[in-house]
Amino acid sequence: MRNAFADELTKLGNEDARVVMLSGDIGNRLFDKFKDKHPGRFFNCGVAEANMMGVAAGMAMNGLRPVAYTITPFVTTRCLEQIRTDVCYHEAPVTIVSVGGGLAYSGLGPTHHACEDISFLRALPNMVVICPGDAHEVRAALRATMQQDSPVYIRMGKKGEPVVHAGPLSEFAIGKAITISVGSDVCLLSTGNMLPEAVEASHRLKEHGISAEVVSFHTVKPLDQDCLRNAFAKFRLVATLEEHSLIGGFGAAVSEWLTDTETQPRKFLRFGTPDAFFKKSGEQEYAREVLGLAAHQIADKILHALS
Amino acid sequence: MNVAVRNTAPPIDAAALKAQAALLRGKVIEMSHAAQAAHLASSLSCADIVTAAYWHVLNVDPAKPKDPLRDRFILSKGHAAAALYATLAMKGYFPLKELDTYCQDGGRLAEHPPANLLPGVEAATGSLGHGLPLGCGMALSGRIKGERFRVFALLSDGENNEGSVWEAAMFAAAQKLENVCVIVDYNKWQATGRSNETLMLAPLREKWTAFGWDAHEIDGHDVAALAAAMQRIPNGSGKPVALVAHTVKGKGVSFMEDDNNWHYRAPTADEVVKAKKELGLI
Repeated sequence: MRNAFADELTKLGNEDARVVMLSGDIGNRLFDKFKDKHPGRFFNCGVAEANMMGVAAGMAMNGLRPVAYTITPFVTTRCLEQIRTDVCYHEAPVTIVSVGGGLAYSGLGPTHHACEDISFLRALPNMVVICPGDAHEVRAALRATMQQDSPVYIRMGKKGEPVVHAGPLSEFAIGKAITISVGSDVCLLSTGNMLPEAVEASHRLKEHGISAEVVSFHTVKPLDQDCLRNAFAKFRLVATLEEHSLIGGFGAAVSEWLTDTETQPRKFLRFGTPDAFFKKSGEQEYAREVLGLAAHQIADKILHALS
Repeated sequence: MNVAVRNTAPPIDAAALKAQAALLRGKVIEMSHAAQAAHLASSLSCADIVTAAYWHVLNVDPAKPKDPLRDRFILSKGHAAAALYATLAMKGYFPLKELDTYCQDGGRLAEHPPANLLPGVEAATGSLGHGLPLGCGMALSGRIKGERFRVFALLSDGENNEGSVWEAAMFAAAQKLENVCVIVDYNKWQATGRSNETLMLAPLREKWTAFGWDAHEIDGHDVAALAAAMQRIPNGSGKPVALVAHTVKGKGVSFMEDDNNWHYRAPTADEVVKAKKELGLI
């Protein structure tokens, strides 16, 4: 996702003179092409995220389209008040892009994990929250964001994740979930970098005679209510998948929607991270296994719920 | 490149500026009494700075509050909102009568300046440490777009406690934002104690110098000197400029000066009369 972001940003920078890149001293060489073409529109803001976010807001208030980028916890929770007050309160069209959402940087430890950011940012008025499922969604989300006049948060995984979509997404719209594969028994609503696990879980379910629909629910705020309405009407079981805390994340947002719309789900499962720091060393794959977020564990839990 | 900075500043009319500052003080005292609102002493402390900015320095037109080439004045110490509101009203950004709605239900004049609601308010402040990063972003955006305007950010001394101020200070110096000017309202008090007994600010000018700024100390109640120093921005140093303005909290009213109770207290009707007499307004 990360390299797709840098590449798409460079293209957008070529097309739109308002695009400015702010980096929190991260992405060594990642933005060389952008810097090469637009040296006056790239700023390494140093390890000073509060200032970076304020600077981004100030630029956006004067008509530019700044993109503020660094590792997820530092570009979200570290400078949350600046996001709330400078960006959201002023309705400043700042695009916040984070790398390392969820447990993407599992091996770096809890300082670099981000399982609370969706919760914090979706609570902020005027904020749009997008968690792309693969590199194509990153490109499409970034492009769509530049047409928006509001703050947007794009939560990426890392680099080199499996690509799920066959090619570029010409129909991408913020707030409109994408059906990856059609099914008839259960519906897997996946947000962000869990998408490959959702696809894999659907394959495993198929081996057990269960037809699973897979949806990339990339926009957590605003929710695609049509998609939710259809999913809960059609399927015996609906599950949300996210690499984020069950408190306040995507599954929580869907739970709120169920309550607010007085929708009675037949079966509803939420897959996410527990209310605890993941202190053990180990990479993302290991962390997912420990936390029950691996595809085979998701499939097993769904099979159990259906039995 | 569009050049909006005036090369030939008009002469400073010190007497007129002083009179204007007295009017501003009288107005914020009335507003504090009517609304029983806090932070009067903070507004009085910076009255001369705000007056110098709006009545001499800033290239602004109240009829065109969104003019891209206007100078930006950010009241980073948003708790002195009354001083900003009164000044904006007296400049003609909105009717003077609207000052009567200060802190009233349904009004536009909340205790801290709002976002995207009131003409002339450049940024919503109240949470300290936000004005300078915003101002740096505005200044850089001007550089990118070829709009040459100046950015003034008025900070309280207590606000210098915030780490984001110093993040922004280093950023502005690295980016050589010579059209950015910070004015620190150094009244030596913060909300509940002496500033230098809370977090050590001193030596404050030297701190700004060490952070890469062209920093100067100035009498924050010498409205003519303030006007002259601010008008010189950018001053040719190639650096952002910090004016550490020595002030007295509650300045202009003998029974409020340097008495930190007036950070939160609002005056009675009798005290309003006494204060206005001292200011020569009645």
